Amino acid sequence: MAEKGPIVVNVRQIDGAAVVAPEGEVGYHEAPTLRQALREAFDRKPARLVADLSGVTYMATPGLATLVEALQISKRTQTPLVLCALSGRVRAVFEIARLHTVFTIAEDLQSALSPKA
Amino acid sequence: MNAPPDIAVELSSNPAYLCGVRELVNLISRRVGFPDGQASKIALAVDEALANVMNHGYLRRTDGRIWLRIYRIDAQGAFSGFRIIIEDEGRQVDPSQIKSRDLADIRPGGLGVHIIREVMDTVLYEKRESTGMRLTMVKLLGSDARATGSCCTDSSGGGCRG
Repeated sequence: MAEKGPIVVNVRQIDGAAVVAPEGEVGYHEAPTLRQALREAFDRKPARLVADLSGVTYMATPGLATLVEALQISKRTQTPLVLCALSGRVRAVFEIARLHTVFTIAEDLQSALSPKA
Repeated sequence: MNAPPDIAVELSSNPAYLCGVRELVNLISRRVGFPDGQASKIALAVDEALANVMNHGYLRRTDGRIWLRIYRIDAQGAFSGFRIIIEDEGRQVDPSQIKSRDLADIRPGGLGVHIIREVMDTVLYEKRESTGMRLTMVKLLGSDARATGSCCTDSSGGGCRG
């Protein structure tokens, strides 16, 4: 079994929201690190969870799968999940997988934290 | 395929090395003339294909061998695309069973094959004669279309699915 990949995932609280911000590439090797950070963030029962993807330079399907898992947890726990700050390259992957309409996606972190998001 | 490849990479089935291969493919694709967006998608498709070999062919063993070969396609003396071949010695599967899942079914996983078919012009899965699988993908310059000539065959030269 391969080890988890080395990406940094910053987690902070802003006005009751958990902001999970991975930095770097999220591929097959790195996705488990993001998955663990998201699960731990949900466990703390935030008012909402924001995945700030501004630092993600690459995303493959394991990253998408991790976010789909987070969406399922979000629905189960009734914790709103908002993605924000997707680069063009990352957004393209969501569009190829036709997942861009499934998630709530905000332009930036400020918008993602807004109650309207 | 008798001509030597323009690029050949042999790697173990350890996902730690995927980042290096996708950077290589992305960089070379841009250098030969693919626009940045297409080069990123080519690298993504190769990354997904290699990850599928590691995950499903070698069942996450990290000591398997994978061969990636890239051939330049020229038309009228000018670069017109890449033929990319990935071979392994992992578990064989019936090529007709390699399908992308229904995208309306929102659940984790099963998107890699969809992305490969979406990005590439031609996608062909085959069983190798001895062991493992061979995936041949063609990406043409200027094309931004989903694979239309996708075929699946086994070593006996079996059928083609549309």
